[in-house]
Amino acid sequence: MSLLAVHELAAARGGIRAVEGVSFTLDAGEALILRGPNGIGKTTLLRCVAGLQPAVEGRIEMAGDSVAYAAHADGLKAALTVTENLRFWAQIFGGGSVEQALAAMDLTALADRPAAALSAGQKRRLGLARLMVTGRPLWVLDEPTVSLDAASVERFAALVRTHLAGGGAALMATHIDLGLQEARVLDLTPYRARPGRSRRPAGFNEAFA
Amino acid sequence: MIVLLKRDLALATRAGGGFGLAVAFFLILCAMVPFGVGPETSALRPIAPGILWVGALLSCLLSLDRIFALDYEDGSLDLLATAPIPLEGVTALKALAHWITTGLPLIAAAPVFGILLHLPGQATGWLIASLLIGTPALSMLGAFGAAITVGLRRGGLLLSLLVLPLYIPTLIFGTEIIRRGAEGGDPTTPILFLAGITAGVMALVPFAAAAALRVNLR
Repeated sequence: MSLLAVHELAAARGGIRAVEGVSFTLDAGEALILRGPNGIGKTTLLRCVAGLQPAVEGRIEMAGDSVAYAAHADGLKAALTVTENLRFWAQIFGGGSVEQALAAMDLTALADRPAAALSAGQKRRLGLARLMVTGRPLWVLDEPTVSLDAASVERFAALVRTHLAGGGAALMATHIDLGLQEARVLDLTPYRARPGRSRRPAGFNEAFA
Repeated sequence: MIVLLKRDLALATRAGGGFGLAVAFFLILCAMVPFGVGPETSALRPIAPGILWVGALLSCLLSLDRIFALDYEDGSLDLLATAPIPLEGVTALKALAHWITTGLPLIAAAPVFGILLHLPGQATGWLIASLLIGTPALSMLGAFGAAITVGLRRGGLLLSLLVLPLYIPTLIFGTEIIRRGAEGGDPTTPILFLAGITAGVMALVPFAAAAALRVNLR
């Protein structure tokens, strides 16, 4: 059974179409990596899938409340400790064990440190550990490996692999090689929206863009 | 959902949370009025209800832009929007957290500031009652303004312009309660109106605020 099915999706950023005609399905246990040059609309597409912005055209089919989204901002509060940050999201999503997530991203030693005192890479690791406590099957990740060192990238790849083995799926945009051989790659370049092709509006909001 | 409220309260009371700022501003405002209009009872007593309410309203305004802006900047708002809690619930809870950290301290401090402004003793109870009934509406309307301006640079100023006119009905009936209370009249009518405004705002505004947030998150 597929966790996510995208049909002929067109996504717009700031009232301008970025990508169009994108179709793919994602089954349990699968990972799909989106590639393409900057500005092609990887983030926009991921935000559509996460439900943060409406698709201009096309359909996205998935079960409700199945997406865990992680983007450039990790959603951390500087005044709270690592554990408090993670526990908050665990309680909001009603998901898994905080200790397990800390251990998976090698954060146990930092558990009582305020998030303000973390390095960029450590913050990222905490942001990714959050995915585990959401208990959601479909991970939608936007450049998950930014500011991670090589060891952490490997650890993250192992985390994704465990998630896939447990019946989850991952859709991610990334420029680096994660070492996930089983992942499919979708290059978005051929789906770039061509402005001259037809004069279709990007949506109602174009009038206000 | 109670977790979100607890987190917001924890954040407000920790370093850099701005807890107590509103009360300090309220104190300064009430302390400065006698310098402006003169310290005589005859000058201060008639304007005390109005000053106290305008002061509470402006103090409330100070921290409004933090309701959503901080969560927007660090990405928490995106994550909350994908969380199992409805966004309407998020806006209502955030307004409640704002009221607890800003409105309640103002209410607790208001009787003391009433003395500064020669508010008659028998009006103090009505002052507390009017603030208790009225200030939840200020926080909720403020959350609506904050939701509209989230993501805008220098949104705080625009927020004030948007929100202050919406505060006018609350201000009118709030001061009327104290004025009637001070003169020994019957404040039932303004109390009912103020309660009606607050109830209406709390029932309707979370939906408007959540809709504004959804548009701003796109």
